[in-house]
Amino acid sequence: MDLLDKFDSIVDLRASLPFEKADPFKVVIDEVISETEAVISGRHTILAGTNNYMGMTFNEEALEAAKTALDDFGTGTTGSRVLNGTYGGHKALEATIADFYGMEHCMVFSTGYQANLGMISALGGKDDYVIIDADSHASIYDGCSMGNATIVRFKHNDAENLERRLKRLPEDAGKLLVVEGIYSMLGDAAPLKELLEVGKKYGCMTLVDEAHSMGFSGENGRGVAEELGVEHMVDFYVGTFSKSVGTVGGFAVSSHPKFDVLRFVSRPYIFTASLPPSVVASATKSIEAIRRSGNRRAHLWENARQLHTGLKKAGFNMCTDEAESPIIAVHLPDVMIGTRFWETLLFEGVYANMAAPPATPAGMFLLRISVCAQHTSEQISEIIARFKRTAEIVGLNID
Amino acid sequence: MAQAKTLETIYGLIAPLNKKDAELAPQTTFAVDLELDSLTVMDLVAEIEDEFDIVLPLNMLPDLETVGQVADAVEKIVGEN
Ligand SMILES: Cc1ncc(COP(=O)(O)O)c(C=O)c1O
Repeated sequence: MDLLDKFDSIVDLRASLPFEKADPFKVVIDEVISETEAVISGRHTILAGTNNYMGMTFNEEALEAAKTALDDFGTGTTGSRVLNGTYGGHKALEATIADFYGMEHCMVFSTGYQANLGMISALGGKDDYVIIDADSHASIYDGCSMGNATIVRFKHNDAENLERRLKRLPEDAGKLLVVEGIYSMLGDAAPLKELLEVGKKYGCMTLVDEAHSMGFSGENGRGVAEELGVEHMVDFYVGTFSKSVGTVGGFAVSSHPKFDVLRFVSRPYIFTASLPPSVVASATKSIEAIRRSGNRRAHLWENARQLHTGLKKAGFNMCTDEAESPIIAVHLPDVMIGTRFWETLLFEGVYANMAAPPATPAGMFLLRISVCAQHTSEQISEIIARFKRTAEIVGLNID
Repeated sequence: MAQAKTLETIYGLIAPLNKKDAELAPQTTFAVDLELDSLTVMDLVAEIEDEFDIVLPLNMLPDLETVGQVADAVEKIVGEN
């Protein structure tokens, strides 16, 4: 029995996609020119499909701090956070993030994926309930599978649907409500006020994943909860360094007095090596910079609105009525047009993301663009123009 | 074995999703007979939850392959409430 046979249908499905010259799952970036441009297969390409929203990957202070940390502490810690893997830098980063969120405690994980695994699996015990949005990121679903709680799902961003489900749960049971600030596929923002109010009404503790929204939402860039003024209803935040922060890693913050016990019970925190000191140092500098970057945030939002307006005016079928985040997604009718559009656009010199089921809700095919604070208004106009040209080439009717 | 009334209600909820016009019976499977993908199954579960005013936890879904198994699970949960 060949254990890989069970994936034959996936191999067939991939083989059936009509790519001719490129494959979205095999793109190799040969050279990075800047936060917004790269060389892909020898072609000069505008990057419009990274998560580098705040353009921090070449932030000078972050680069400098990483280089110094490399020289001083070496390339890695070779150990778990709870053994030899906690350096002064890790503690300083945790203090920086706690301060950034105005909370008491922070735990730094090796990725955001692990932060969700570690928080959800530890908080949701055998007799507890974890209530999640149907469109949650895979790391939230996997955190649920890893733990022993009963998992209840509510309709995406629907507070009324959530309330109907919460009503059916035992009043005195432990409950964790998990939602995201911005959902990464459509780029839509969550109605956090309504969702968190319902959660609190039914006695839930709340966890908000601001993976995408950290950096550009809210006055200080803390995320959608800050933007909406509902931070007092958030018990735990989860976030990542792999998007606006521009490196890799994850974190959870809280003011709960017993928070630190999670360091001893959260397996994805314990049974993996800690982040290298250089990454920790650049994350620290980058988060400090994000806090001060009000102008950059404003420019990022201008870019997002310019792109959304331009594509909408051109007749594309937009996933949101207006720009709710720097993620701007357009619907494509089917897999054939979807793949051809993505490929042609790449050859026109724009890298965007093709998103297909199961990563997308309701079987949608999307072309997902994410803008960066460093995109110039000319680059955004160029992206719009190349989108129009691509639609023409692949025969996508947009009027 | 679930009661006819429970099954009928569930058939009614499946009907709009039954694009292949598969025969609906307790042994009908979601994945093979109805060809529903996992996301559609989850949406169907949400409708069943609302219809019967119960919670069908996500953890139970892997064990529910047929319409009859879902009906049994629904009756068990309704009975416990
Ligand atoms: C909502 C959400 N949570 C968590 C993660 C995981 O982040 P990381 O890349 O740090 O593992 C992501 C990123 O893909 C995400 O979109």
